[in-house]
Amino acid sequence: MIDGLRHRQRGPARAVTVVVIGAGQAGLAMSHHLGRRGIDHVLLERGEVAHSWRHERWDSLRLLTPNWQCRLPGLRYAGPDPDGFMTMPEVVAFLHAYARRLSAPVQTGTTVLSVRPADDGYRVITDRGDWRCRAVVIASGAFNLPQLPALAAELPPAIASVTARDYRNPGQLPDGGVLVVGASATGLQLADEIHRSGRPVTLAVGEHVRMPRRYRGRDIQWWMEAAGILDQRFDEVDDIDRARRVPSPQLAGSVDQATLDLNALTDRGVELVGRLAGLRDGKLQFSGSLSARCAAADLKLGRLLDAIDGWARDSGLDRGAGPPERLAPTRVPDSPRLGLDLASGEIRTVVWATGFRPDYSWLQVPVLDRKGQLKHHGGVVDAPGLYALGLPFMRRRKSSFIHGVDDDARELGAHLADWLAHGHHSGSVEPHLDATLFD
Amino acid sequence: MQTATHPIDNGVNVTALLGAREALAQAPEAARFTWRARCDWVNGTHSRATIEGYHGLGEEQRHKTRFTFEADHPEVFASEDHGPTPVEYVLVGLAGCLTAGIAAVAQNRQIQLRSVTATLEGSMDIQGILGMDSDVRNGFDDVRVSFEIDADASREEIEALVAQSQKRSAVYDALTNPTNVSVRVK
Repeated sequence: MIDGLRHRQRGPARAVTVVVIGAGQAGLAMSHHLGRRGIDHVLLERGEVAHSWRHERWDSLRLLTPNWQCRLPGLRYAGPDPDGFMTMPEVVAFLHAYARRLSAPVQTGTTVLSVRPADDGYRVITDRGDWRCRAVVIASGAFNLPQLPALAAELPPAIASVTARDYRNPGQLPDGGVLVVGASATGLQLADEIHRSGRPVTLAVGEHVRMPRRYRGRDIQWWMEAAGILDQRFDEVDDIDRARRVPSPQLAGSVDQATLDLNALTDRGVELVGRLAGLRDGKLQFSGSLSARCAAADLKLGRLLDAIDGWARDSGLDRGAGPPERLAPTRVPDSPRLGLDLASGEIRTVVWATGFRPDYSWLQVPVLDRKGQLKHHGGVVDAPGLYALGLPFMRRRKSSFIHGVDDDARELGAHLADWLAHGHHSGSVEPHLDATLFD
Repeated sequence: MQTATHPIDNGVNVTALLGAREALAQAPEAARFTWRARCDWVNGTHSRATIEGYHGLGEEQRHKTRFTFEADHPEVFASEDHGPTPVEYVLVGLAGCLTAGIAAVAQNRQIQLRSVTATLEGSMDIQGILGMDSDVRNGFDDVRVSFEIDADASREEIEALVAQSQKRSAVYDALTNPTNVSVRVK
């Protein structure tokens, strides 16, 4: 009843066939494919195009993928530095230029408050009017909210607590020691620059994926793409739930293209400890599993490089590329310490690089599992006419990367067109729904 | 790799384990288990523990037989050595857990095991338990496990088995991470 009242006050809902939520690379790529099919749509964007890239990333961040790999439907990088890595302002400019070129129907400054089922589709309620539509594409990203362990709320007030989303540069942190929690791409980069700022860093390391920046004379992403690893499909892997939870590889985009790994941080004086496991009596507790986690990551890296070498050999690339290389095993302290007394003053700040989760608080459709994750099959959500885009390993290993969204958007666009035409979809969204059938 | 005429068999029913995983995904509350032990003091440092019932899959369960374990301390502690020391049981638990994990993972990865031998060492400074130095902890300060494994697999595959068994081991987790322990008098 209250909702009905609000609707009247808000004026009549506008009608559109498809609402796309979010105007980052995923929303824009979907706009491209919907536009090609002549399907009318609107992109609702809470801020501006590329909002998260502009407002929710730290100052020194560069993309983890090289420039040549930054492509979107109908767009390739054409700048002067194909092997470089875009800064955040460059990413923002890249996506803005793309939106202009598409003439994408973006309504900026529009926050979606709720999406709920309605007659023949969905009703999308925003802070700037309502929409009726037959289909909704959730392209609002997978990295909306910092994911923190429960004990983060129990830190003593004297300890500053900063999430990776709010962190900008070391200057915003108090002087003194810093504990960085998490050793994936974000944790390693923050540990490195904070340590360089003169604040001693302790790094809590759990499960992680180790990866060199360059391998046999080429960027590791070149190998992963060429060998087909990034194209691996969600229905080809043994355990897709597990594959979707794998932490982001320890990669950094930098001018010197250097590898940033735990050994490099140890060389610079960062202290490694195990996963942050508890907080009791004012003391942080670290797991005794550091050596096991590092050994597991080294083994996994060895398997990746074996696969790349095997592919290079079979593809006749051995002569053009440098010789196979193996990285030195990760060095772990003999007895990594298991505790840290917060009252000692040794650390003044905890930086949480413990991952992100999507925000679906506005989604009034029963499609979340008990962990709050969207139930979907390759981006086809468990509700007719509802789609997702840009989630980790959604349809392919590359799904959450800028260059990975094209293939997913094309296939889901085809599925969505089929749904609009027939009011049902033909079971699955597998290759028989190839875009060419509909073009 | 083995041919189809020699199916990989480590005696682990992986199909049942994977089936259980699928069933529990639908009924996560059934995944809560409670393990129990009972222990009676015998004399001196000698005690006898029995294990029989546990709770899991939503109901009371029972081992096929009741197991009993003697625990004591050796003669260098001026005890009578009727059984292993409790800390040695901790090593037994860790070994049993990691070894079971290796067999299960090997089965799932189609690797035939021929022998698996673990050697365990746990070090401690008994000044801790004797109350001589408050800077010395009571428990192990270092636990080392060494596996010798003979299997139809490369060294890398065997190392990956051991890594995965640690990743999924309850006792490894219990030893390496803090746990809330409450002890009270009835």
